[in-house]
Amino acid sequence: MRDMVEQATLAAGAAHGGPQAVPKIRMRGVRKAFGPKQVLDGVDLDVAAGHSLVILGGSGSGKSVTIKCVLGLIEPDEGVIEIDGRDVTQMSRREREAVADRIGMLFQNGALFDSLPVWENVCFKLLAQGRVTRAKARDKAAEVLAQVGLAGSVGDLSPAELSGGMQKRVALARAIAAQPDIIFFDEPTTGLDPIMGAVIDGLIVDCVKRLGATAVSITHDMASARRIGDTAAMLHKGRIVWSGPAASLGHTGHALVDQFANGEREGPIQMELRR
Amino acid sequence: MAALILDPLAALGRLTLAGCREVGGVALFALEAISHLFRPPFYWRHFWRAFVQVGWFSLPVVALTAVFTGMVLALQSYTGFARFNAQSAIASVVVISITRELGPVLAGLMVAGRIGASFAAEIGTMRVTDQIDALTTLSTNPMKYLVAPRLLAATIALPLLVLVADILGVMGGWLIGTYKLGFLSYAYLDATFDYLQVQDVVSGLVKAAVFGFIIALMGTWCGYTSKGGAQGVGRTTTTAVVASSILILALDYVLTEIFFAQ
Ligand SMILES: Nc1ncnc2c1ncn2[C@@H]1O[C@H](COP(=O)(O)OP(=O)(O)OP(=O)(O)O)[C@@H](O)[C@H]1O
Ligand SMILES: [Mg+2]
Repeated sequence: MRDMVEQATLAAGAAHGGPQAVPKIRMRGVRKAFGPKQVLDGVDLDVAAGHSLVILGGSGSGKSVTIKCVLGLIEPDEGVIEIDGRDVTQMSRREREAVADRIGMLFQNGALFDSLPVWENVCFKLLAQGRVTRAKARDKAAEVLAQVGLAGSVGDLSPAELSGGMQKRVALARAIAAQPDIIFFDEPTTGLDPIMGAVIDGLIVDCVKRLGATAVSITHDMASARRIGDTAAMLHKGRIVWSGPAASLGHTGHALVDQFANGEREGPIQMELRR
Repeated sequence: MAALILDPLAALGRLTLAGCREVGGVALFALEAISHLFRPPFYWRHFWRAFVQVGWFSLPVVALTAVFTGMVLALQSYTGFARFNAQSAIASVVVISITRELGPVLAGLMVAGRIGASFAAEIGTMRVTDQIDALTTLSTNPMKYLVAPRLLAATIALPLLVLVADILGVMGGWLIGTYKLGFLSYAYLDATFDYLQVQDVVSGLVKAAVFGFIIALMGTWCGYTSKGGAQGVGRTTTTAVVASSILILALDYVLTEIFFAQ
């Protein structure tokens, strides 16, 4: 129990909002196992409204699983996940869909619909919600594509005809097209050249500012983490072991986080390599 | 010693439980998909695409199968029936076998190979590349979007295909009957319709609708639940085809029992 409280205070540091402000996203004691493998082992996390959180962690540490739990794509075994103070795990399907309507997600591998042209991908949510007609969707798509640095003509291609980096940008365009309240970015800049990476980072910051959105990003790139994040949190062995200002990454004084941020081989994290 | 006896029993128990879980899973999946047919929105575009895929593009395969089956039936029954001077029954044998049995079953098996596999591969790929999860985050229910239109399309398209197969099968028999076995054209056709009952055709079409539903259900279910990358999708596709083929043959017996047993 003491442990829980400590974790909670630790995580609360992530949210700069006062103790009385309801965090946009609040996770408490979230656990998830796949078979014998305990991936999340009591995750506690707060994200204040309008803030941008970066989640760090080794490959396979459960970062993607964490945000899929918030999105409702994976059902956690235990724990509380609140959005705007309401527990999503207890909601009816309809309520949950209403919450999901206001959330945008960029999947790690893009997850573009390869049977649809790019413009339809980008405007998919707007079309599904009836916020744009099919006739106008093409122009709307061109507009959003321009925001991620792609020409409008890309809209007529199919996702299979794009390079990996272009797919990522289209996926980003799709995630922000419906102007969501909360946006999740799962490794938004992986596979992009450094300049494009910086551009995407700028775009994410811009979106969060302009839309007033709350953002949760996963990244392995420290430069990117410092640019995107107000705060950062480190996921290790199924728990949030540290959270604090993103600007301090690399010299936080937390041995584990510093090793991770500086990419040192020696430290508390031992890579399990055999032979 | 006890372990030696109990282990196989435990394995059998586990297998039975897994089987029950699977059947229960498919049933719930089917019910949910059907319930989506009655709640808007309905994705007409997807329905139409699946309908064309099942109905139109399967037509050549089903047509060829039907014509050759009709021809073989006529030839086989001639050589058999000639032994006891019953050649006149050939036309009836052909039309009744085709409409009741061979039309729906062969069309079903052909379509299971084509459509079951393609549904499973398409939806399975969407599953392992997170596209199904993406649908959920894009305000779209994947069951409504991917599964319901396909189920409806296959259930409607297969009876139409079988109707065509019935006609072509009879035509195949007629070809052999008139050009090879020396029947008069009108006499063969008269004999065809003399003993044919509405029930023969209708029961075949009902079978076809059930088979169409089963094919789409197994294809979409296997795809929807597939995991494990490209290899997983490959395995899924095979399972969909094998499962729907076996179910078609088993249900064919059950339906025949329901329709024709006294
Ligand atoms: N659907 C699933 N079924 C079984 N195991 C899963 C599933 N999803 C994730 N896992 C397991 O959970 C663990 C964490 O996965 P996750 O995708 O969250 O990692 P990650 O932190 O995002 O890593 P990366 O940085 O490489 O993307 C992995 O070991 C993975 O094998
Ligand atoms: Mg990941």
